[in-house]
Amino acid sequence: MNKIPNRKAICDVLLENAKEDKDIIALCSDSRGSASMTPFFEQYPEQAVEVGIAEQNLVSIAAGMAHVGKKPYCFSPACFISTRSYEQAKVDVAYSNTNVKLIGISGGISYGELGMSHHSAQDIAAMSAIPNMRVYLPSDRFQTKKLIENLLQDEKPAYVRVGRNPVEDIYSEDNVPFEMDKATVSRFGLSNEKKAVIVSCGEMVRPSIDAAKILENKGYRVTVIDMYCLKPFDKNTLIKEAEDAEIIVTVEEHAPFGGLGSEVASVISANRPCKVVQMALPDDHVITGKSKDVFNYYGMNAEGIAGTVEEGVYGGALLSQH
Amino acid sequence: MDNQRAKELTKKAYDLRKVVLEMIKKSGGGHIGGDFSVMETLVVLYNDVLNISPENKDDPNRDYFIMSKGHSVESYYAVLADRGFFDTEELINTFSQFGSKFIGHPNNEIDGIEMNSGSLGHGLPVSVGMALACRMDNRPSRVYTVMGDGELAEGSVWEGLMAAGHYKLGNLCAVVDRNHLQISGTTENVMTHQNLHEQAESFGWNVIEANGNSIEEMADAFDAAKKVTDKPTLIIANTIKGYGGGDVMENKASWHHHVPDEEEYNEILDTINHREEAVINE
Repeated sequence: MNKIPNRKAICDVLLENAKEDKDIIALCSDSRGSASMTPFFEQYPEQAVEVGIAEQNLVSIAAGMAHVGKKPYCFSPACFISTRSYEQAKVDVAYSNTNVKLIGISGGISYGELGMSHHSAQDIAAMSAIPNMRVYLPSDRFQTKKLIENLLQDEKPAYVRVGRNPVEDIYSEDNVPFEMDKATVSRFGLSNEKKAVIVSCGEMVRPSIDAAKILENKGYRVTVIDMYCLKPFDKNTLIKEAEDAEIIVTVEEHAPFGGLGSEVASVISANRPCKVVQMALPDDHVITGKSKDVFNYYGMNAEGIAGTVEEGVYGGALLSQH
Repeated sequence: MDNQRAKELTKKAYDLRKVVLEMIKKSGGGHIGGDFSVMETLVVLYNDVLNISPENKDDPNRDYFIMSKGHSVESYYAVLADRGFFDTEELINTFSQFGSKFIGHPNNEIDGIEMNSGSLGHGLPVSVGMALACRMDNRPSRVYTVMGDGELAEGSVWEGLMAAGHYKLGNLCAVVDRNHLQISGTTENVMTHQNLHEQAESFGWNVIEANGNSIEEMADAFDAAKKVTDKPTLIIANTIKGYGGGDVMENKASWHHHVPDEEEYNEILDTINHREEAVINE
């Protein structure tokens, strides 16, 4: 059982690179502990900036630093950095085209018990709507590492959301099929059965893989697309995989608007229409509780996803959360 | 600053007001009141203070300037054009026209403009980041920003003031164009500043007050700011909204965004010319 959350994987990559690259800067808004960034602040205090509980300032200061050549990584809970700092992300980062990487920690319903103020179920929609802002939701720690290593090589704005809890490994140290801005595809089942495609991102990839395994054991053919790159969205992989699909099920830790499901539906309807069923958090205050219990409540677990696929392929009914 | 230089720059500020007047007349829109109040601040900055020119615009050791009150972009463009960043005629002919790069707020696709602004309350926090980064690299650069007084109601300004004080950013200088008017009326009626001078000092800033429509006083204020290296400096530039436009527009909130009609245009131009002649004949 993996004990390393994705946020720690980010810190490790930055620690590894900060020694050689003195332009790497970590900025926190009284959030270094939650972000697993305490080791960075201790090891590289001259490359760390604390702004206090001031998320707007966090992003603007980072933009100013980026403009004069620094490579700032801003860490703050996804619920705050994505919407409280929205104006700063839009104007100072995306519009001014500064090399700022916004890291939304404890994303989605990581803080399940803390209520709507601490849930970020709008961040994909909000950030994707900003021109020149890229949006990534990596699935496990190995993919997170690859993503951050790649982001260190470019000079463009990006928003990355990670969850608070460790995610059970999907890939492994020596096997991370990663290509920047290309979704990762995993195939299950070799039969000639009707094919289902599950498209998911972030922490929903792991239960999607588990769902595929359940379905595989039942003799189904399932492809899981790990769409960590929400923007730029990897349309080509989706269209290709949709060619012989009976149904596409999308799974996201996000409101049912403007996220993964909406994007998939938009691409599929214009290119290769087939049934698309969206699994998402409700358009309502998400019930509070430990995130695992919340996911179970909404059926966003391996069994729930497998059941949705099965019902979609053979039940014929178009399920919808709307 | 010697008398002759002060006279030259005072005259320049009036000349550039005429450029602004032309831009606004031709385009049919613009924030002319704030343009006129902030003109001396910008003229002094770009002609006497900032180490920024078309020749060194990419030098990392240059100074940095952010026009936080982005709506006074007409005066900012006029000053940049005068410093040779782009052509004044092109500016007057294309400002706010369809597809023009000279849009109604600062745009960093234009030479000499560091960051996009327009949404208020961003310039100071961005400047804090620039000043912090320059200090980390031991660069000689200084960072300057100009805010409006109505802008001070934005909470992000106070986040920036707090951070700059906390980090004792002696390489940062912010100016408030204190003209006491915003679009809905006086700043005191819209949202009172209890005591800006003391407020900023309590945030750890060095505070200087000056007549913001006096070239000499602003030059002295910037000189004094440079000498304080252990804390950021706020210059409260006491100005008159619409300064230089005479009775038609001075001290009138309605001129925050206003296009003069033919009669007003002629009257404003006459006032500018009259005051400019007075400077020359001093």
